[in-house]
Amino acid sequence: MARKLNLRIWRGDSTSGALQDVQVDVNEGEVVLDVIHRVQATQMGDLAVRWNCKAGKCGSCSMEINGKPRLACMTQVAAYPEGETITVTPLRTFPVIKDLVTDVSFNYKKAMEIPAYAPPADLAPGEARMQQVDVERSQEFRKCIECFLCQNVCHVIRDHEENKKSFAGPRFFIRIAELDMHPLDILKNRKKTAQEEHGLGMCNITKCCTEVCPEHIRITDNAIIPMKERVVDVKYDPARWLGSKIRRREGI
Amino acid sequence: MTLERHNYDVLVIGAGGAGLRAAVEAREAGLRVAIICKSLFGKAHTVMAEGGAAASMGNVNDNDNWMVHFRDTMRGGKFLNHYRMAELHAKEAPDRIWELEVWGALFDRTKEGKISQRNFGGHEYPRLAHVGDRTGLELIRTMQQRIVALQQQDGRDFGDMESHIKVFAELTITDILKENGKVSGAYGYWRESGSEVLFEAPAVIIATGGVGKTFKITSNSWEGTGDGHALALKAGANLVDMEFLQFHPTGMVWPPSVRGILVTESVRGEGGVLTNINGERFMFNYIPEVFKKMYADNPEEADRWYTDQDNNRRPPELLPRDEVARAINSEVKAGRGTEHGGVFLDVSKRLSAEVIKKRLPSMWHQFYELAGVDITKEPMEVGPTCHYVMGGVEVEPDTAAAIGVPGLFAAGEVAGGMHGSNRLGGNSLTDLLVFGRRAGAGAAEYVKSSGKNPVSEGAINAAAAKIQAPFDRQGGENSYSLHAELQEITHNLVGIIRTGAELDEAIKKIAEIRKRSANVSVSGGRVFNPGFHLAFDLDNMLLVAESTAKSAIKREESRGGHTRDDFPGMNNKWRQINHISTFDGTQVIVREQALPPLPKELFDLFDVHELEKYMTPEEIAKGGSN
Repeated sequence: MARKLNLRIWRGDSTSGALQDVQVDVNEGEVVLDVIHRVQATQMGDLAVRWNCKAGKCGSCSMEINGKPRLACMTQVAAYPEGETITVTPLRTFPVIKDLVTDVSFNYKKAMEIPAYAPPADLAPGEARMQQVDVERSQEFRKCIECFLCQNVCHVIRDHEENKKSFAGPRFFIRIAELDMHPLDILKNRKKTAQEEHGLGMCNITKCCTEVCPEHIRITDNAIIPMKERVVDVKYDPARWLGSKIRRREGI
Repeated sequence: MTLERHNYDVLVIGAGGAGLRAAVEAREAGLRVAIICKSLFGKAHTVMAEGGAAASMGNVNDNDNWMVHFRDTMRGGKFLNHYRMAELHAKEAPDRIWELEVWGALFDRTKEGKISQRNFGGHEYPRLAHVGDRTGLELIRTMQQRIVALQQQDGRDFGDMESHIKVFAELTITDILKENGKVSGAYGYWRESGSEVLFEAPAVIIATGGVGKTFKITSNSWEGTGDGHALALKAGANLVDMEFLQFHPTGMVWPPSVRGILVTESVRGEGGVLTNINGERFMFNYIPEVFKKMYADNPEEADRWYTDQDNNRRPPELLPRDEVARAINSEVKAGRGTEHGGVFLDVSKRLSAEVIKKRLPSMWHQFYELAGVDITKEPMEVGPTCHYVMGGVEVEPDTAAAIGVPGLFAAGEVAGGMHGSNRLGGNSLTDLLVFGRRAGAGAAEYVKSSGKNPVSEGAINAAAAKIQAPFDRQGGENSYSLHAELQEITHNLVGIIRTGAELDEAIKKIAEIRKRSANVSVSGGRVFNPGFHLAFDLDNMLLVAESTAKSAIKREESRGGHTRDDFPGMNNKWRQINHISTFDGTQVIVREQALPPLPKELFDLFDVHELEKYMTPEEIAKGGSN
């Protein structure tokens, strides 16, 4: 049966804003997005919130719930003690447009900077042969729903606007790792450019990104650390360094 | 304030699979393309497609080929499909899948390293290329990344990554503009700021997807508000067979807040079994005459099929979706449903927990997180949910050109004809690719021969006035309440089982809501204001619902996604008829039109005794046209 929930919602725009308290009905099994929609339909017709699928598949309804980055459609109201006020605020790392909606265009700009998949020129359609075990490494990263919670939580950019220019963020480190591990990709220097152009070196593996990933992608362990290790190998291993001088190996 | 203006060769409305595939094709033909998404780039409803993309590559069973796929598609659609669309789809689907792989998609593999293919309802052989149960995500991401790859190439060639393809995210189109009877562009507003935008383009491709949000219980996201259907109608195009809506048999039913969310058909493809509250595997009682040869009539044979498909018939859980949805509906109505009005779907008894988590990862996640159910141990509770509209814009199959409006094209779910009265699972993703590509090519060809068609000031002013109107009204209707009322009407009166009397009532009620919707007012300003956005979506949904109800009341038979309690059987005479919806400025008019007959070479692909079940003796005697 319906009970009353105290919801505290940040309302405002790029210039100013404040938390507003509302009381709203909540029914069994409802998620935070349900009650936000109820507020929208009954009390605040112009309350801005992004959402699409309401099934945890599209990654649109990212916000901070009691300060934690989460998908509102996958957060049960019942997960919070009855009587407690739930506070919803917009993602902190990106500029607010209005209420719970932020400007996430940073991520789309970064996506355009990552060199695209590069298949061999002679790969004919239907001729590709790959083993399941080989595609699975990249498939883990392709589960990403681009909710950008990892980008939001990453402290390299969370309170450091100045780092945004030179830092692609965890979402795009797994994109680079995915291409790097793609059995058919032939672009050789992905790890090196990750380090030198996309800011991999600025990550100090606190694993915050992995913790918030709703798809449970092991961002740090399976993408970031392996790339960092290989970069270090290539950069500092004296034998490899010598080899690279003698035989002029491209990339690694 | 000066109006924001853009000039392109081709404007693609919709950034799901069909829209993005169309954009790629038009760009590769050398044109400048704008892509409009109503939400963020990469969030389109395509991401929710789970099971896979049907293409007769023959990787798992080499008996498969385009002719088998064509036959399955026609059977699934109860032979109301436009034969040419079904033919093109079946022939071109494999190339479209392989092409995705060249663009970086990573499908699950067979032991030989080829693209793996899984079983699905209505498909004779394992045919669905897939990535676990997140195939739609793989498709949209691959297309999104293909667009970025082309933009990077443009950056190298022209010094500007957005010189030839630009994505306009979070923008709603409210009008398609015409001059001299031909498309000249489109008008809309940025959802973020509410400010208006004009696109001048001689060709517009509509790829806006479906209409699910017209209904109360749906698997569709908020974007499925029939925008493209309504835009096309208002621009003078036809909609074909809007009475056919697919209710997917398995949506979640509990808790209430997740009601309607899709449970992929792959659960049944992987061996999931449907039972009622008495533990009865009821699907054996619902095998229709036309499918008796192909489906097992006992559990033992059905179970054997999972390991030996050559010597056993398929389990009836894998009947086409319309059959399974009606069966579940009947069980629940007869009092054999669960306490929440569903039936049980259980995969835990056939597969190990490890295999379930690997093959159906997002289902496991969805039930665990949203319903507290562990599907590796317990059954799911499922029931029908509004999933897909078979009806849509009437197009010329080869070019995807909308009939009657030069410069307008439509592809994907918004286009009609391909799926007849019922779509097979897996045919949607390849439909997007096959006809998205054809729409892009069709538009490119059209633009090259037609040239520019400038927009007039009069057209701009009219479109702008429409956007401002709800702000100028005070104390009018609330769009949220009107939307809820509409959903109540469609759910109760135009739903999975229909009657003439109820449809008549629905038509009257929808007309009343439309009258009231002319008086919708909006509170707040223009900046990211959902109440304002819904006012336009509502207008679209009302037109779609009117078209559906008016088509449904005319079709006095039951076929595929249209079931009439007062006309229970299929009627071969009705198979020859399409319903065409047009808009006269005030209301939707529905008329009959003859379905193009099967040409001889396609007619001959079938056993004539099978065709006798669907066709009149005169049609059989003719043996196909030409």
